[in-house]
Amino acid sequence: MNIIVVGLSHKTAPVEIREKVAFSPNQIEKPLHELLNLDGIIEGVIVSTCNRVEIYGTTRDIAGGIARIKRFMAEYHNLAFETIEPHLYGYHAEAAIRHVFRVASSLDSMVVGEPQILGQIKTSYGYAAEFKSSGIILNRFLHKAFSVAKRVRTETKIASSAVSVAFAAVELAKKILGDLSDKTVMLIGAGEMCELAAKHFLNSGAKGVMVTNRTFERAERLADEFGGEAVHFESFLEHLHRADIVLSSTGAPHCIIGPKDAEEIVKKRRFKPIFFIDIAVPRDIDPKVDDVENAYLFTVDHLQEIVQANLAQRTLEAEKAEEIINQEIGQFYKWLSTLEVTPTIVALRNRFDEIRKAELDKTISGWKDLPQDAEKRLESLTVAMMNKLLHAPTSALKQSGQGGRVDLYIDALRQLFELESLQRDDEELELEE
Amino acid sequence: MTHLFFVLTVALYGCATVAYLACLARTSPILTRWATNLLAAGFAAHLLSTIHLANKMKYLPLTNMQESLSFFSLTIIGAFIFFERKYKVTTLGSFIVPLALMMLIASSSLHEQARQLSPVLQSNWFWFHALLAFCSYACFTIAAGVGVMYLIQRYFLKKKQFGALFQKLPSLETMDEISYRCLTFGFPLLTIAIISGSIWSEKAVGSYWVWDRKQTWSLVIWLIYAALLHGRLTIGWRGKRAAILSIIGFIVVLFTFLGMKHSITW
Repeated sequence: MNIIVVGLSHKTAPVEIREKVAFSPNQIEKPLHELLNLDGIIEGVIVSTCNRVEIYGTTRDIAGGIARIKRFMAEYHNLAFETIEPHLYGYHAEAAIRHVFRVASSLDSMVVGEPQILGQIKTSYGYAAEFKSSGIILNRFLHKAFSVAKRVRTETKIASSAVSVAFAAVELAKKILGDLSDKTVMLIGAGEMCELAAKHFLNSGAKGVMVTNRTFERAERLADEFGGEAVHFESFLEHLHRADIVLSSTGAPHCIIGPKDAEEIVKKRRFKPIFFIDIAVPRDIDPKVDDVENAYLFTVDHLQEIVQANLAQRTLEAEKAEEIINQEIGQFYKWLSTLEVTPTIVALRNRFDEIRKAELDKTISGWKDLPQDAEKRLESLTVAMMNKLLHAPTSALKQSGQGGRVDLYIDALRQLFELESLQRDDEELELEE
Repeated sequence: MTHLFFVLTVALYGCATVAYLACLARTSPILTRWATNLLAAGFAAHLLSTIHLANKMKYLPLTNMQESLSFFSLTIIGAFIFFERKYKVTTLGSFIVPLALMMLIASSSLHEQARQLSPVLQSNWFWFHALLAFCSYACFTIAAGVGVMYLIQRYFLKKKQFGALFQKLPSLETMDEISYRCLTFGFPLLTIAIISGSIWSEKAVGSYWVWDRKQTWSLVIWLIYAALLHGRLTIGWRGKRAAILSIIGFIVVLFTFLGMKHSITW
């Protein structure tokens, strides 16, 4: 049995193409159903996110299976095959397994290490399980992918650091102020980055927001949005000591906060540290503010530096992740290859024969005056019994040759008769969310 | 028996030190767990060794430098375990545990005879006094350790260096809070220790205060920490200033502990 992967992602297709082949999660039953009706496709899972559309399937006919799924992706969306064909990739065997493990572990994401993709695959798998389009192989395969992703997440630092400027600001604030839950943010001026950072701070638990702007209405509007308090620009310095985090991005040509102001504010705060972020160009906050004890000033360049370092760190961690994936592929591939008819029949026969021989030896060695040719007769008797017993399961296996049923039989046989050890990771079987 | 526990303690603290230092270089929950468990095991062995010795001698093992150093190290580890559990600051261990290990090794390199107890020492006031003094010293040690960490982290923030150690160290506010907590535990303990010490002094030599070197320096320590606590509560001394003062305080504590012998007992 072979696992195949067909799809396209942000690496191979522009958004105009991706949006055309996307599957809506509300109507996923229909494509799943049609997928299984394709010739030779036994199981199927459809993963559709804004960055990738992929179909995972199992088949006995690799080349045919991949080609049919590619055509299906075009035909289902009423697209000319030629328009999407150059963007599509198809993997089978080890490459397919590696691809899905990498995607689930967020190594193939636009921002390496971002955590959403795992949840998206879990949801997609949830639909496939609900509509019974996934069977024994894809079930095991995706659970394995989830456990690999979990391993990557816990054993590497791939997702542990901030890779956006706004998030880096939050991380930095935590390094100074500790718990943010009783901290107040002040926004000076407006700007996309400032607002984004303010949102991040509120999501991280910050208590309140003050907003000030040259046009007071604008400050009020923004304050409403954040559930905060608007402050007049003329008197914002008087309120500054109430803020623990100051985000500044005005269009002012000169600095609006100088070291003298900072000193006064820190004194008013009884020397509790205050965290300034200056996003404005030209600068809003005099660089000398950083020399004031218990005032910490960072510019957007500093934050950018952190982001760059974190991205570099992620690349390093991604190498560790690839190593983990290499190990896991080997393990899973071993299991997959046991799901073949002929070796299973051979293994089953060997198992029966082993038992037969052992019991026969026991009987004969304890038998004192064994009549002549009795040994031979016993031998043929037991062989005949064994063959009769094995006949039905063997032919059932051979005849169920096509279709998903055979994998189920093989797996059951291997477990029931303990035919060589199968790697069972029971921890994988729980499906989070 | 005491010796066996002692060797075990040194071995466990040694392993814990290695683990805590490794925690600085690597992020691994398994490593952290090992470090804390090794230290807890070491603390248990240390405690057993001390109790065993106390039981054998029929008094707290604080009669000479060897015993005192070991006891000091015990209280430091005890205080550290408390603060680590409370504030989840593994990195503090990388600073504190090696110090405690060094004290313990220094202690074992001294081979002083267990001193015959002079009648003056045999007062419950003395044991009470000594026990509290060591507990307060342990708090001040933690405060100094956090102070050093604070200054390092502050340096990184001001110089905009965001390296691995920066990532590991706790936030400034957390460290400041631990420092303050240590002070609020340590200072009352020290105050009671000094009072009980002078009561003992009165019982032993007939005077509450004899102005010997030990008593004078204890007063200096008390004044330093009183100033720090006062500054914190009234003016809002915190951060760098508090960190530096708690480090100075600890140096004076160490100097008093190692250098100043008691005129009454010696």
